[in-house]
Amino acid sequence: MIEVKNISKSFGDTHVLKDVSATFEKGKVNFIIGRSGSGKSVLTKCTVGLIEPDCGHVFFDGRDFTAMNRKERKEIRKEIGMLFQGGALFDSMTVAENIKFPLKMFSDMDEKSMSDRVQDCLLRVELEGQGDKFPAELSGGMQKRVGIARAISMNPKYLFCDEPNSGLDPQTAIVIDNLILDITNEYGMTTVVVSHDMNSVIEASDTIHFIHNGEIAFKGDNADMMVSDSQTLNDFIYASKLMQKLRDTSSYKNK
Amino acid sequence: MATVLHRPEKGKIFRRQLVKEMSIIGVESIGIVTLLSVFMGAVMCLQTAHQISGWIPVYTIGFTVRQTMILEFSPTLIPVILAGKIGSNIASQLGTMRVTEQIDALEIMGVNSAGFLVLPKVIAGFICIPVLVIMSMALGVSSGAAIAFITGVSSMADFEYGLQVDFVSYDVVYALIKTTIFALIMTSVSAYHGYYTSGGAIEVAKSSTKAVVYSVVIIMLTNLVLTKLLLT
Repeated sequence: MIEVKNISKSFGDTHVLKDVSATFEKGKVNFIIGRSGSGKSVLTKCTVGLIEPDCGHVFFDGRDFTAMNRKERKEIRKEIGMLFQGGALFDSMTVAENIKFPLKMFSDMDEKSMSDRVQDCLLRVELEGQGDKFPAELSGGMQKRVGIARAISMNPKYLFCDEPNSGLDPQTAIVIDNLILDITNEYGMTTVVVSHDMNSVIEASDTIHFIHNGEIAFKGDNADMMVSDSQTLNDFIYASKLMQKLRDTSSYKNK
Repeated sequence: MATVLHRPEKGKIFRRQLVKEMSIIGVESIGIVTLLSVFMGAVMCLQTAHQISGWIPVYTIGFTVRQTMILEFSPTLIPVILAGKIGSNIASQLGTMRVTEQIDALEIMGVNSAGFLVLPKVIAGFICIPVLVIMSMALGVSSGAAIAFITGVSSMADFEYGLQVDFVSYDVVYALIKTTIFALIMTSVSAYHGYYTSGGAIEVAKSSTKAVVYSVVIIMLTNLVLTKLLLT
């Protein structure tokens, strides 16, 4: 479980996060949703320590990450996997080398065990036989799957996914959503997904945190979200005409 | 950037990175250094031959080629040229890694990204650039001798005498001290600008330009200070 307590972050005069608290549960896919610029990526980066919050604390299973020194944080980070928005694959390395990299850096596995683990990860994301390709030779969806394979190569306890579906077609987006959902259930990880894709939220979320203007404006699950009377949340959920039509159809049927 | 000096996570991987960087910084620069040094030595020989007349002895040609190559052309001009080649390479590579979140990915894994990416480049520059400069000195003087012989502006005996006259071995030490400091300047300044890039492609280009300009300016200022401190 990851607990974020009273996190605030400002960049100059812009207050991006204002006293944000949230709990991301173990074995669940926890979504952080919100409009672009609402602060969801900054919250994620504060949680994993890529950005230092101005105040507040982050606890990974009770361990205060914000109070740790660099060496202690390094140990926690070995338990974290992260899928970045653009994949962030090392472009000078092949797919297999990308997945093997964390194993080489932090495990005591021999070459054969590492290669076996790489094959397992590739199989898990349905990319067997693609290990010798370079990231530039792959499609966007394949790069995301390699990113997931690299993130899970060390069997992480915590998985962070920053906009996993951005730039993908709806079918590939569903493949990625299902993969994240399956992996979370399979490994019992605490998964945090940053997204503004409502299809993904409906398909894959267990818990949802909606950020508006740097504050948590809603916490709950799918069912709670759909019946929420929060105007800002409803404006976000029903921004697309498709969602508006679905709501109207649902309301009509309920009558 | 202080984390650059932290102990690497795995020695084996660090050594592999170091060899890779030595290849990029050292081996891949041999061509340009050879080209520049050969032409600098040859042109210096012909320029000096053109300037001397009357009471100035012919061995001055060999003497001038030696002194200019050892004191300035090789230890200062070669690092300035390499600041353009290597500096832009380092800054654009690190800048691109930064804006595509590859550096964040390293940090998330628990890798000391500055130590992993920057330190091998600085050490590779520290080792390879002085070697390239020594090579440049030898090539410059040799090409000067060759052009003197081919064009007949000086006999080999006069040129050789000029190379040996008033030779002070400290000049080579001075040149290598300068080169080593310039190598540290160009690799660390370029790495700094690349590592702290933020934004997109335009910012990467700006970082690359800044890396070269700042490196050259700092090298020139340091050259002045070192010359005053070490030679006067």
